[in-house]
Amino acid sequence: MAVTPPGADVNPDRYEVVIGLEVHAQLRTRSKMFCGCPTRFGAPPNSQTCPVCQGMPGVLPVVNRRAVEFGIRTALAFHCRVNAACRFARKHYYYPDMPKNYQISQYEEPLAEDGFLEVDVDGSSRAIGIQRLHLEEDVGKLLHEGTIETAKASLVDFNRSGVPLMETVSRPELRSPEEAAAYLRAFRAIVVYLDVCDGNMEEGSLRCDANVSLRPRGAAELGTKVEIKNLNSFRNVERALKFEVARQTAALAVDERIVQETRLWDADREVTRSMRSKEYAHDYRYFPEPDLVPLQIDRRWVEEIRAELPELPRARRQRFVSRYGLSLSTSDILTHHGPLADYFEAAVTEFPDAKAVSNWILSEFLRVLAGGDERVLSMKVPPRNLAGLLRLIADGTISGKIAKDVFSTMVDTGEDAPTIVRREGLTQVADEAVLDGIIDAVMAANPKAIEDFKRGKTAAKKALVGQVMKATGGKANPALVDRLLEDKLSKIQT
Amino acid sequence: MYQPIHELTDAYRRADLTPTAVAEAYLARIDALDGRLGAYLTVVRDEALAAARESELRWRAGAPLGPLDGAPVALKDVLCTRGVRTTCGSKMLESFVPPYDATVVERLRAAGAVILGKTNMDEFAMGSSTEHSAFHPTRNPWDLARVPGGSSGGSAAAVAGGLAAGGFGSDTGGSIRQPAAFCGVVGMKPTYGRVSRYGLVALASSLDQVGPFARDVRDAALLLGAVAGHDRRDATCIQAPVPDYGAELSKGVAGLTLGLPDEYFIDGMDPDVERAMESRTRAAGFGAEVKRRIMLGTYALSAGYYDAYYGKAQSVRTLVRREFAAAFARVDLIVAPTTPNVAFKHGEKEDPLSMYLNDVFTIPGNLAGIPGISVPCGFSVTGLPIGLQVLGRPLDEPRLLRAAYAYEQATPWRSRRPELT
Amino acid sequence: MIERTDVEHVARLTRLALTEAELERMREQLNSILAHLDTLRAVDTEGVEPTSHAVDVVNVMREDEVEPCFPQDAMLANAPDRSGELFRVPRILED
Ligand SMILES: [Zn+2]
Repeated sequence: MAVTPPGADVNPDRYEVVIGLEVHAQLRTRSKMFCGCPTRFGAPPNSQTCPVCQGMPGVLPVVNRRAVEFGIRTALAFHCRVNAACRFARKHYYYPDMPKNYQISQYEEPLAEDGFLEVDVDGSSRAIGIQRLHLEEDVGKLLHEGTIETAKASLVDFNRSGVPLMETVSRPELRSPEEAAAYLRAFRAIVVYLDVCDGNMEEGSLRCDANVSLRPRGAAELGTKVEIKNLNSFRNVERALKFEVARQTAALAVDERIVQETRLWDADREVTRSMRSKEYAHDYRYFPEPDLVPLQIDRRWVEEIRAELPELPRARRQRFVSRYGLSLSTSDILTHHGPLADYFEAAVTEFPDAKAVSNWILSEFLRVLAGGDERVLSMKVPPRNLAGLLRLIADGTISGKIAKDVFSTMVDTGEDAPTIVRREGLTQVADEAVLDGIIDAVMAANPKAIEDFKRGKTAAKKALVGQVMKATGGKANPALVDRLLEDKLSKIQT
Repeated sequence: MYQPIHELTDAYRRADLTPTAVAEAYLARIDALDGRLGAYLTVVRDEALAAARESELRWRAGAPLGPLDGAPVALKDVLCTRGVRTTCGSKMLESFVPPYDATVVERLRAAGAVILGKTNMDEFAMGSSTEHSAFHPTRNPWDLARVPGGSSGGSAAAVAGGLAAGGFGSDTGGSIRQPAAFCGVVGMKPTYGRVSRYGLVALASSLDQVGPFARDVRDAALLLGAVAGHDRRDATCIQAPVPDYGAELSKGVAGLTLGLPDEYFIDGMDPDVERAMESRTRAAGFGAEVKRRIMLGTYALSAGYYDAYYGKAQSVRTLVRREFAAAFARVDLIVAPTTPNVAFKHGEKEDPLSMYLNDVFTIPGNLAGIPGISVPCGFSVTGLPIGLQVLGRPLDEPRLLRAAYAYEQATPWRSRRPELT
Repeated sequence: MIERTDVEHVARLTRLALTEAELERMREQLNSILAHLDTLRAVDTEGVEPTSHAVDVVNVMREDEVEPCFPQDAMLANAPDRSGELFRVPRILED
């Protein structure tokens, strides 16, 4: 196993990078692909199994209709042709995570074929071909006893065994590691949007393998491809592919032959390692699954699913730009996740200043959210309440600064903004007579600031505004304070 | 010990016999004779007696669960039984105790049947003689030097020898009908999809069917009726309602047209690979016939050979179905011998190919998915039973049973018993 | 004709550890069986659709409803070896 470190001294432009991705997405069904066991993640090992998903002798599978529906929904979003007839097949191999020694998958007649996924890289957009999309069952989870080096045995948890998986195979049309990562991001955004997959890469809901080859620029023929497994985060996809491209580039530079093989990405050492050569591993001996009857996908069913498709991220992003006048980057963030975009639109119907709403969502909402689930936060602060808060800012009842505190309280208590402002007496001080007195007192207490101001240090005024705000507990109307102070200072100067 | 089930239940009704007494008599006979016959792999004495006592209470209360309540039956060890080991005749599954019942077993329990035990079979149902059990061979009650047929030889021998009143087996290429013919009992393979395969350990999923062994055609009808019908756990199971097969029998055969084919159909092959266990034990765990079939199936499916073998076989299967469809456009039923020969001697068929060819008259029915029944139709000069096979259209079990019943009632064969003491 | 190398290849795929004698006997037997299958291969199946199922049933699906699982202990009971709540199997080398 010769590992050449990346960065070898070769001209990277001599070769064209050819990458294809196979993405496995666990479908968010309640029950498993072929039995009624739940798919919930994190249950005690082997507590969510039955004879069917443990592959015991004598059992039979029955297809989960919702898994098929989710597959069709995704296929439509990827502009694929949903095949009128599809069937399942047995894929044979021996591995302890799969006790019946075959995986029920699809081979010759997959659920859907020939689509594309639009990917943005460096400001331009490319449609990456999707070759096929099919359904299969997940296998059990293998754990090593002790460390991977010293383990004498593997331990198996079959809770994951039988969870519906959707495999989507791209055409080898990705031209860089960055583009591959962008593809995966776009893929994730769509399946999460469609609510068919939770997109959680840490929990393995979304997994990715890549095929990488290089060919001399302009060549029509593809080079020898290497399969890379275990790319389980966006970061790893990009890093592993960069490493692999560099490795292959370096090898080709010294006329070394690329071996067709499977390599494993070692995220700790940041290298791809050759898996023990499995020269016979790829004869899967597929044949039509006799325990399942063929599916004839009814056109009406497909059209029903199509009619219920949500607006997809890219289309929605465009609409946010044209309808709400938001920037592309703001729209991008808002539309990346369906519930967030829904939240934005609901708030805008109540408070039509789209920019103000988006500013609040991008700053305070996302800060408080901190990577959590929008749905949980939006239950505490429904869009209507965010709009109510923005109205209080707009009509001068509270300052933007106070509004942030009010928002925090809203998150904690679930109350609406007027209730909090009333109870805590946070209404802005906008009475000129009151502020006059306070400003005078502040000016009297800060002669040095006045002197500085006279000498032309305009920053001194800011300090004075700050003092006034402090004296009013942040409740003074900052614009009014500014104007009053300006008046008084100008009188002093003349 | 040679009373059919319907006579036993008549006796229960009249209180001339009790299910407990009958179960005890069968268990005693198993104790006395099975050492020589080798029909059973596991006998569940305590469970059987408990089930018989419950049945007895129901009969006494005048509320039996149906025509099988208290019937002592034997199950081929390929049907999963909750809490009772299910070996498939293989060392590989020697200690496999399923946590679930096959649908057929569930339905038999619900019908009040008394399960006596699990019967011997060729390993993973791969064979036609029950010599290829990993535990011991089963002997033919009519001549202990001969095989009972297979792969469901244990159930056939148990029913023929009076070690069970009825039984169940599985038929992939003739594995019920051929041993029924060899042992002189009635054996039936229903239409593919008529009986749930859930809990039946597969040999070839698209050919396998569970079916009964019986003393007479009426019992076969009752046993089939108890287990047939749709099961949501088997996607290949047919939705059609289940007729009252027993009531069909008396309708007679007037107007039925029978066909007697001059020639029989071509031989087929079965490439399904048996599911298997973990690699280290595979060599030690499987017998020679199983290894041969795993090799053959793997070869036929391996890269480059799929079209030549598996694909070809599937196309030929289409032709077989078409031929049957054409025949059934002209006749209602096809009548033919069940097997090309009578029970052969242990060790006689060493060559695997000649063993496979034993299925030649039965396997076309499996390929076409149609129902077939074997009824005793006489004895050879050496005193060995001969079977007559009746094949019918898909789901036409009623006419099949009517014809078999009419034949049985018109002939004396079922009164003959093996001398087994 | 199946060559010895074919038999070895298939044996590797099946994970059956066959002895020298078994491999040779297997080669002979497979050849005799496959020779018999030549009668099958001689049948004209031009344009004939394959049959993979004996019934013409399609679209059998279940609704996405959770059913009770089997108890963990019952599902671990057949394990040849276990470690707590997990099945224990010989280590599989990946590298
Ligand atoms: Zn399950």
